[in-house]
Amino acid sequence: MSTTVVPARAAWSAVVRTGETLTITDLHGNQAVDFLVYDAHDTSVRYSAPDTIHAQSGIFLTTGSVLMSNEHTPLMTVTADEVGRHDTVGGACSKESNTLRYGHHTWSQHACVDNFLAEGAKYGLGKRDLVSNINWYMNVPVEKDGTLGIVDGLSAPGLKLTLRAERDVLVLVSNCPQINNPCNGFEPTAVQMTIGVSG
Amino acid sequence: MATATTYGARAHARAQEGTRAEAMPVVPAADWPAPPCEAGHLVWAETVAGGNYTHRVLARGTELRLTDLHGDACAHLLLYAADRPWERLNVADTVKVQWNAYLGEGQLLLSDQGRVLASLVADTSGHHDALCGTSTLVRNTERYGDGTPQSDSPAGRELFKLAAAKNGLEPRDLPPSLSFFQGVEIRDDGSLDFTGSTGPGGSVTLRAEQDVTVLIANVPHPADPRDDYVSTPLEVLAWRAEATAPGDPLWEATPEGRRAFLNTTEFLAARGLA
Repeated sequence: MSTTVVPARAAWSAVVRTGETLTITDLHGNQAVDFLVYDAHDTSVRYSAPDTIHAQSGIFLTTGSVLMSNEHTPLMTVTADEVGRHDTVGGACSKESNTLRYGHHTWSQHACVDNFLAEGAKYGLGKRDLVSNINWYMNVPVEKDGTLGIVDGLSAPGLKLTLRAERDVLVLVSNCPQINNPCNGFEPTAVQMTIGVSG
Repeated sequence: MATATTYGARAHARAQEGTRAEAMPVVPAADWPAPPCEAGHLVWAETVAGGNYTHRVLARGTELRLTDLHGDACAHLLLYAADRPWERLNVADTVKVQWNAYLGEGQLLLSDQGRVLASLVADTSGHHDALCGTSTLVRNTERYGDGTPQSDSPAGRELFKLAAAKNGLEPRDLPPSLSFFQGVEIRDDGSLDFTGSTGPGGSVTLRAEQDVTVLIANVPHPADPRDDYVSTPLEVLAWRAEATAPGDPLWEATPEGRRAFLNTTEFLAARGLA
């Protein structure tokens, strides 16, 4: 078992082997964890939000949700979840989208896409390898008229979720640095990653 | 006609000119029988068969109308900045920035660079989807027995791979796509409700706000519950028009959209393109 604390605003990555588990702990509560996952042996096969959504006929992730690839094959399964609902729709924050959502004054702020680009580059991944990601611990309800938004989180200090790898996978994480919406309670904090043997 | 000789084979091939098919491009587009604009402004006129695909590069300001002729088309769409495919449709930013999960008139189709690729300027269907993406070889093989391009039930992703390849792009250049004419709604608990088609004749019109590469696959929606692969022809017409400009209602419709248009025109102006 190996445990790493990912500092606030930082990126992280690891290869998780078939059958191993990855447990994410929201150490301080309401910290969005932006998450992408690839087949470790062929990174063109990667997490697909649309395949995951239509496979389970729903947009929220929780225990039992299977993270599907763009070839509609399982990459990881959520085996435990103490929160109940995680986001598949909102994607990552970026310096560019921040200019649209909040204004150009945010341009100097760090963002998840920059974390993904920097961390992905260690594996030869580039911009075209980034797609709509999962946001663990982020709460994005959708109203009847389609209005959606990132609202106050449902998580709390110490809440965990566990994923089991269904094949050897490469996981990229951005510990979200966003300070303009409630996804991190307006104060980004550290999260913990633990890779373990399936029990 | 004899085809045993080169001369005969040539005559046989040439005799086919003028054949009409239900699904085909009309070239030149100006020959399209009932153009929605001045005939000379048409730049693309095509009927795409069910289970087939098409693609084109459109200049900024071009309007693209997609029509579900018989009520069971589903137009899966991807957009890239022409010749700069690293800037491409970002569905997550499209719904998040505009605070809405549903596509409809007035929505902007945003890239990952905080810019507009196209705007949705007309919509008579209202049944669209930005969540479920398109179909895959694995799933179509499970559901219909096959999903290869040569089969009777091609998967959208397989067709997108072909359309992408013809534009110098690879499978890893294919992000989540949008689809038009088969609706999906989200219930309070986050589950999906497939609402299907609004019937024959529904159309959407997109306006290119940059030069864009358009990939279209016309295949059943992945959440279509029917046992059979039902996919009917899609009409595609494009004509020269004007990009959205300051003062247009669409430019001013939302603060997020206004900033997206500003980012777009500043970018193009700096490149000397607008």
